[in-house]
Amino acid sequence: MRKAARHVSQTEGLIFEKSTPGKRGMEIPPLDVPAVDPAAALGREFAREGIEGFPEVSEIEVIRHFTRLSTWNYAIDLGMYPLGSCTMKYNPRVNEFVARLDGLATEHPQQPAEASQGCLRILHDLQKCLLEITGMDAVTLQPAAGAQGELTGLLMIRAYLQSQGNPRKKVLIPDSAHGTNPASVVIAGYEVQNIKSNARGQIDTDHLREFASADVAALMLTNPNTLGVFEERIAEIAAILHERGALLYMDGANMNALAGITRPGDFGVDVMHLNLHKTFSTPHGGGGPGAGPVTVKKILEPYLPVPLVVQRENGTFALDHNRPESIGRVRAHCGNFGVLLRALAYILAYGPGIRQATEDAVLNANYIRKHLEGLFDLPYNLPSMHEVVFSDARQKARGANTMDIAKRLIDYGFHPYTTAFPLIVPGALMIEPTESESKEECDLFIEAMRSIAAEVETHPELVKTAPHSTRVGRLDEVAAARRPVLRWRPAPEKEKELAHDA
Amino acid sequence: MRYLPKSPSERQEMLAAIGAESVEELFQSIPEKFRLQSPLALPGPLSEAEIIQYFQARAAENARGYTSFLGAGVYSHLRSVAADALVQRGEFLTSYTPYQAEISQGTLAAIFEFQTLMCQLTGQEVANASMYDGSTALTEAVLMAQRLTGRKRVLLARSVHPEFRHVLATYGRNLGLEIVEIGYTQSGQLDRAGLNPAQVADAVAIVVQSPNFFGVLEESPALADLAHAGGSLLVTSIAEAVSLGIVRPPTEADIVAVEGQSLGVSPSYGGPYVGVIATREKFVRQMPGRLAGQTTDAAGRRGFVLTLATREQHIRREKATSNICTNEALYALAATIHLCLIGKEGLREQASQNLSKARFALAQLEKIPGVRRAFAGPFFNEFTLEFPRSVKMINARLLRENILGPYALGTHYHELTKHGLVCVTETTPRAEIERLATAVQRILESPV
Repeated sequence: MRKAARHVSQTEGLIFEKSTPGKRGMEIPPLDVPAVDPAAALGREFAREGIEGFPEVSEIEVIRHFTRLSTWNYAIDLGMYPLGSCTMKYNPRVNEFVARLDGLATEHPQQPAEASQGCLRILHDLQKCLLEITGMDAVTLQPAAGAQGELTGLLMIRAYLQSQGNPRKKVLIPDSAHGTNPASVVIAGYEVQNIKSNARGQIDTDHLREFASADVAALMLTNPNTLGVFEERIAEIAAILHERGALLYMDGANMNALAGITRPGDFGVDVMHLNLHKTFSTPHGGGGPGAGPVTVKKILEPYLPVPLVVQRENGTFALDHNRPESIGRVRAHCGNFGVLLRALAYILAYGPGIRQATEDAVLNANYIRKHLEGLFDLPYNLPSMHEVVFSDARQKARGANTMDIAKRLIDYGFHPYTTAFPLIVPGALMIEPTESESKEECDLFIEAMRSIAAEVETHPELVKTAPHSTRVGRLDEVAAARRPVLRWRPAPEKEKELAHDA
Repeated sequence: MRYLPKSPSERQEMLAAIGAESVEELFQSIPEKFRLQSPLALPGPLSEAEIIQYFQARAAENARGYTSFLGAGVYSHLRSVAADALVQRGEFLTSYTPYQAEISQGTLAAIFEFQTLMCQLTGQEVANASMYDGSTALTEAVLMAQRLTGRKRVLLARSVHPEFRHVLATYGRNLGLEIVEIGYTQSGQLDRAGLNPAQVADAVAIVVQSPNFFGVLEESPALADLAHAGGSLLVTSIAEAVSLGIVRPPTEADIVAVEGQSLGVSPSYGGPYVGVIATREKFVRQMPGRLAGQTTDAAGRRGFVLTLATREQHIRREKATSNICTNEALYALAATIHLCLIGKEGLREQASQNLSKARFALAQLEKIPGVRRAFAGPFFNEFTLEFPRSVKMINARLLRENILGPYALGTHYHELTKHGLVCVTETTPRAEIERLATAVQRILESPV
């Protein structure tokens, strides 16, 4: 194990367990107006006494507590995150700096446009960049994440078809799709029609012809798909849909394979979302925030959410609320401005050179694939783009499945790859290195995977019981779900006394 | 390029290992006619210094240094350097969703603490790991109530944030929701007389916000009785979470949807913020969003995992409770750290200061001839004033003095064009409140 070594970390309880009455970690400047008694001002029925159980700790205790917790996490700043479909790339620190500038972080979303020209210009500049990268005609930055972008796109499709006289009933979704796709379809008021991939893991165009009836509103397609393979018949797919009056929605989760190389707008896509927290490097933050801008072709422009950031003829920027055919709002304000701003900072850093990032991402995936091909089963032997999907077929014969291998990878100093997805590959190992990994880090990963493959042959138990180096071992998820404990509660008085005595 | 860790020779080495002549070979699966022949027309590349210059120039084009009396769902409150330093630790900032529990215990423990704090704050039994923001939290709370009751009609107070109502309308349109808007009384509270019992008897929920969009507190116990008598639910939106430092939480409500921006998150022109849904334990399986739960490993050590995932889209796909995947984890962490720092006493003191300052501001502004308080109901740090002239005109003049004036309620309420919503927090100095009062008086005395 060249990458990782054991290292002491601190034991830490929950913040509530450290609390003692009378302590605090933040002071408030003195009140400069006459003090008002809450019960008198609000009325007794509206007033509240202290909040029971709320923490009372000092600043140093808070710093230590969260610093200690932080050391229990893996992070991009520590090493490779080969999570397929998640695009965990480097998050530039300058983006954090500019997001916190006075005059940006401090701005209120309801302040008038004449006092928000800087914010509006940032949004407008980002819009132009995203349209250029995707080859589309119009864009909304409002959706807060990819899933909300999906819903927004579907609602626009619905509004467009409605304007043609019939919103239609179904949306086609390949069996390799992300779970958000079918969940979004339902909220948009459509039925999900799952369609099977062909033997090459791609859309079967004959199958598509059969299913694309007059009831079908759209196909939701991830391209490259979740196998990391470009849909080679994309033009034909778009043509089949368009000749039947249906639209092509592209899930842009895998845009990291395409930026600067090809544009969805050029290959027939009508509407797509982007995950700025994937392709455009905004930090994942342990689960969010994201941003899910949606770019569309001209025919869908009237239906974009309100308000829209526009540039007036005199060069100033404004929010356009007067859009009678809009689907409405999907979120308050103009979206996750702080995330949008970071994405623009990322794009500005690369400029047209964003193509180099895409090339490196694809180069890394293919390099890893080349070195692991002989050791792990490759169910779909097709050209890989930004990610490669193996299966655990060989290792399973020895009793170790994809989850076991993933957990063992932790001991080698890596975050696991994506396991058990896409659903069309039983026991999938889905690996996406991104462009942020050096040759050295890729080599360490390859070495770790080789070593684990060898362990599966010689010491399968070692793999099946991994990880062995973490603070906690595999946790009992069944018990967690059966008797959910979803919040801390103070121990009953008796137990406290007993604990004291002990 | 500084973000890319490869030298040209390393790229060549890797290509050779793959057996490719050039990097173009790796893109052969894209039909040639779709491959770009020229570079994208994007601005850049910019060095770090140039990026900073660009954004500093943009910041100077905004309202930097202005005094603001805007609230309306987004509040300027104290934030600490310590909290901001902690959320920028790479182990938090650059970590993924904690599906791999063994190397995500930091994030998971913090989510568990967040859920606990949100329960304590709202007086509810369970809270989730976050939603996008207050508007989508309220929307998803109503959809959750729809699943729980199997009904269609939603009784929605007009005094709920107009943008939140707009989002609910967008989501509800294709899900069979029938939204009936309920007006307000002279007190600024929901008009209970405007609700007939038959309407309530087949409603999904009564939906209110407290403090509401006019700044007025709603009477949660009475509303809950009304809803429950008809077998419907009470859904309460809380857009100003600092109020909970001194205002009794809506413990009678069945679902509470919170916008947590006030708890240590900067206004940032509208986001990212942090929404939360809190509810009763018995409703947890209809709750959207991630949940962290406590469990143990084989050696009996306490640990945390994401749990009850069978509600979620990655498991249940079209049968999930919501399509939400990415949430606002980093801002939930920011709120958690902020609340730990400000603590029990600090939150109470902060909320009391808001209460006191808002009363001071009201007294100053009410002295101006023609200006009067519009609603009699109890308020926290925001109140509605009726002016003798249009608020938009007054605000245009205030802007010249670098003051962001009251939110013009006429934007969304045709009957309130002379009404402005004034917000004052612990960050608003007394001198600025006095400057506002003087300026408003001068503007009103000047010829039209």
